[in-house]
Amino acid sequence: MSSYLLTAENLSKVYPGPKGGEPLTVFDGVNFGVNKGEFVCVIGHSGCGKSTILNILAGLDDATTGAVIMDGKEVAGPSLDRGVVFQNYSLLPWISVFKNISFAVKSRWPKWSKDEVYEHTMKYIEMVGLKGVEHRKPSQLSGGMRQRVSIARAFAIQPKLLLLDEPFGALDALTRGMIQEELIKVWEKTNQTVIMITHDVDEAILLSDRIFLMTNGPHASIAESVMIDIPRHRDRTEIIHHDHYYPIRNHVVDFLVKRSKELNDTGIEQQGQEQAFHYPPEVNPATGQVTEVKIDTDPSQVDDTRIANLR
Amino acid sequence: MLDRLNVRAAIVSIVFLTVLLGTWELANQPPEQTEALTEYEMLMGGSAPQARVPNPSEIGLLAIEELSDPFYDKGPNDKGIGLQLMYSLYRVLSGYFLAALVAIPVGFLIGMSPLMQKALDPFIQVLKPISPLAWMPLALFILKDSEISSIFVIFICSIWPMLINTAFGVSSVKKDYLNVARTHELGRIKTAFLVVLPAAAPTILTGMRISIGIAWLVIVAAEMLVGGTGVGYYVWNEWNNLDLTSVVFSILMIGFIGMLLDLSLAKATKMVQYVE
Repeated sequence: MSSYLLTAENLSKVYPGPKGGEPLTVFDGVNFGVNKGEFVCVIGHSGCGKSTILNILAGLDDATTGAVIMDGKEVAGPSLDRGVVFQNYSLLPWISVFKNISFAVKSRWPKWSKDEVYEHTMKYIEMVGLKGVEHRKPSQLSGGMRQRVSIARAFAIQPKLLLLDEPFGALDALTRGMIQEELIKVWEKTNQTVIMITHDVDEAILLSDRIFLMTNGPHASIAESVMIDIPRHRDRTEIIHHDHYYPIRNHVVDFLVKRSKELNDTGIEQQGQEQAFHYPPEVNPATGQVTEVKIDTDPSQVDDTRIANLR
Repeated sequence: MLDRLNVRAAIVSIVFLTVLLGTWELANQPPEQTEALTEYEMLMGGSAPQARVPNPSEIGLLAIEELSDPFYDKGPNDKGIGLQLMYSLYRVLSGYFLAALVAIPVGFLIGMSPLMQKALDPFIQVLKPISPLAWMPLALFILKDSEISSIFVIFICSIWPMLINTAFGVSSVKKDYLNVARTHELGRIKTAFLVVLPAAAPTILTGMRISIGIAWLVIVAAEMLVGGTGVGYYVWNEWNNLDLTSVVFSILMIGFIGMLLDLSLAKATKMVQYVE
């Protein structure tokens, strides 16, 4: 058994092509592990299947091959163990902010009394700074406030893993910065394991312990896992003065601008060869150190379990 | 600004009404008596030489008279307009709510299951365009009761808009809301009541509003056919009595009650409306 909380093993997603056409492989050979309490960001160009991977982790979508293992069990369908924050907030517009969170709390702890539900809900509303607007409907809030409600809802059910799908994509830069800080605060308080998808390099460096870099699709995969060894507590204004900040940033930007495409081209050539079954190498751009990470389970075996489970 | 608009609109409405009623009243005076009454006419109390559409003033007088005692009952052919309207409302509402009881659950089923949608679609497509009154003979034969038959006719005509709108509303609930339900491990029943029903409620209520309008249209015709009681029978009975003043008066009352029914459903729709 690995020490990871969650591992993704040999994931791929293939969409059937139009009649007679080639099927479309969005990504394949996606392997990674996430430790407990870790904050991981996934960066890649549009169309590389980031959101699909997140949906597979959430259990909302099925992978064509491979499996996601969390706590030694295969992920099959959505669960309260994995909270999701969607890009478009996905709040229920006909109920108040309070009820949007309390219904989640109630479904997590069905036996709780009314008072317990109230207290727990209010605690998280306060944590994201929305006390006083809890009785408003989501439509009466700004985009930033809505996303805070969504974050509060996801944290309130205290999932083992929190999945964020470009949570700040629709927000303006000022609001985005504020909510990033809120997110850091809540994350530090709860020590939650988080996987987040983003397009924003600075955001990824500010928030995460590791950044997964994805090559372009089709046949996308995770090429590297970049270590962010900038100490916490990180601050938006101070982090840029850290020695490691620019080496990391340059490395990631260089990857996105140039290497994500080059790697994808060579990746397609290598198709069918023995390149799929290993975790992405861990790279520390500041020191230039590259560590290969070996997989400790036999991927062919994983595939068998999956097939067995499907039956 | 809006208030001023409302006031102006009201003034224009009143002007139109006055012009309309005034023209009607003035253009519709009985012709001057040119000849002396014949002996027969004198015996008959000097009746009008020709039947005319009543004047607004006559209708107004009758309305005051009828509405001052709307619930009197002097036997099968002489009941107050209020009483007749109550009979019609009772039939409409019972048929309508029975239809809702069937249409909303079945609509849910169709909306949630593509299989059911495909399987039931041919039935709906064939049954929907049938004029509700075409069911009347069959209903009378099977149910052997004119009262229940007219309720059945209301049932069958109000079921389709509710069914189709419920199915449409349920099937077009945003995937995001369903994903919220799934990630929170809500069961099927909870998902239906906490997520699907409130999300589809505005569409369902719109269907219910269309249905109540159709039901009120159909009840008049149904009651003309089966007779006995109700506002449809009242209209036809007054026609047989050649009392055109009562006919026009009851037409106006049908419109008025229809408006109230529509307004109440509009209000209910507004209550379940949400802004995304």
